[in-house]
Amino acid sequence: MKFLVCISNVPDTTTKITFTPDGKEFNKAGVQFVINPWDEYALTRAIELKEAAGSGTVTVLNVGEADAEPNIRKALAIGADDAIRVNAFPKDAFFVAQQIAHVAKEGGYDVILMGKESIDFNGFQVHGMVGELLGIPTIAPAMKLDMSGNTATLEREIEGGKEVVQVAAPFVASCQQPMCEPRIPNMRGIMTARTKPLKVVEATSQEARTSVASFALPPAKQGVKLFTADQAADLVKALRTEAKVL
Amino acid sequence: MSVLVVIECDHGDVKKSSLEVATYGAKVAAQLGTTATAVAVGEASAANLAKLGEQGISKVLHDADSRLKHFVNLAYVKLIAAAARQESAQVIVLANSNIGATVGSRLAVRLSASLATNVVELPTISGGAFSVKRGVYSGKAFAEVSLTGERKIIAVKKNSLEAETAAGKTAEVVSFSASLSDADFADAPKEVKMASTEGGTLLPEADKVVSGGRGMKGPENWHLIEDLAKALGAATACSKPVSDVDWRPHHEHVGQTGITVSPNLYIACGISGAIQHLAGVNSSKVIVVINKDPEAPFFKAADYGIVGDVFEILPKLTAAVKALG
Repeated sequence: MKFLVCISNVPDTTTKITFTPDGKEFNKAGVQFVINPWDEYALTRAIELKEAAGSGTVTVLNVGEADAEPNIRKALAIGADDAIRVNAFPKDAFFVAQQIAHVAKEGGYDVILMGKESIDFNGFQVHGMVGELLGIPTIAPAMKLDMSGNTATLEREIEGGKEVVQVAAPFVASCQQPMCEPRIPNMRGIMTARTKPLKVVEATSQEARTSVASFALPPAKQGVKLFTADQAADLVKALRTEAKVL
Repeated sequence: MSVLVVIECDHGDVKKSSLEVATYGAKVAAQLGTTATAVAVGEASAANLAKLGEQGISKVLHDADSRLKHFVNLAYVKLIAAAARQESAQVIVLANSNIGATVGSRLAVRLSASLATNVVELPTISGGAFSVKRGVYSGKAFAEVSLTGERKIIAVKKNSLEAETAAGKTAEVVSFSASLSDADFADAPKEVKMASTEGGTLLPEADKVVSGGRGMKGPENWHLIEDLAKALGAATACSKPVSDVDWRPHHEHVGQTGITVSPNLYIACGISGAIQHLAGVNSSKVIVVINKDPEAPFFKAADYGIVGDVFEILPKLTAAVKALG
């Protein structure tokens, strides 16, 4: 089984988000970038399934610029066999999906995994687009993924419950907890990652269908109105008469 | 040219988020000087679909194929694409739900459309330019995004606008067939398991949420959260550390790597307010924080607060809510 795991390079979850003064770009200064937390589920599960089968390969794919390479190496240290970076700024979901679909087709991958969304653009779009571009099913978001031969059994989260879905490879799945416990690199992994192949290729298409005109932060809160423990009833009253939410 | 809205139904009822989608679609249609048609998915009843007139929908397409009762990605996509072609839809509006967004991303490729998910406001349309405001950085910011394609697909975040109810107006329900074949059901679910909410409210659809953190000290104390939630008609939720140690199920985890909620009222009990948790809740309209630590960062993001012991305060709040009637 050939696994293709797509990872995004995103600001760490503790990042205080700021933008350039014109509001056009994210302010990267002093920001630590990490592998998108949702993608970590995809990566670890692919490695686990390869280990359980005793054969197969796990390839990591990133559509991004050279500054993503430390995190691509980290994915190799966690246990991926090789990596591909499509050297391009990820303009929008459709742009990224086209690059992934191209790499997947050229490489003949059986299972294409990624996180349910990136924590920067929160699109929840790329997996569905890749599935449609390749004409194969997408299961999103998947909470569980098991493989038996060529057949996968997945649990897909829907509002208020889950569905059990069975599909034959090739397919796309987007991953989330509680699929697995994401692994962290060990010393041996870090050593071997240095010599694992990381291929850089250029974008196959430039088409994008959306563009960000500007960014903005949410308006600041007015300040908290405090009550004491004995004023619980006054708080409830304020929620009804002042905030009008009860 | 028209606007097509996708209506999710469950047990014959139109989901609340879909009433918002219908309202959104009707308003976009008014902006464009056209009409809004709906297409129903899930288990729908013609009587409830006709009521979509109250949200400004003029016509509803209904495919009564019983295989569409549960979510089947490929079949839903084919159905909506057929409806979009028949109605020459320029804009398609869906809920930013696991169903809506999943279907939307496939449709965007099939119909060569520009797609925006997680949209929080009506679009800005001027001349040929069409842009929408959407949540980014997991609730920490917004982006104004230009949709440059001929056709646009918009997935609207729940609770972003109030559903209109113009009483008495009805929509015409028209039967519709996308001529689905067995191949369109290749990814049909083998089994559907709905979480038991014991008569309570589902978190993603909830107007009000009561949430607990590590300050609740253990799962045995959750009845205090549940009692308040029940009195309010609210859903229950939790912070990441709580679901990580299995005090509560993962689907209740609210935050950057859990689910993002935007209810009218969010009550946080014994949650300090780490930046990752705030990202999941800061689009709530009103936030109430109860914490014994006056320095808890959550108070900075709150509208109302009580500094004190959650075990003492929760029963008092529950009693006060019940007394309101």
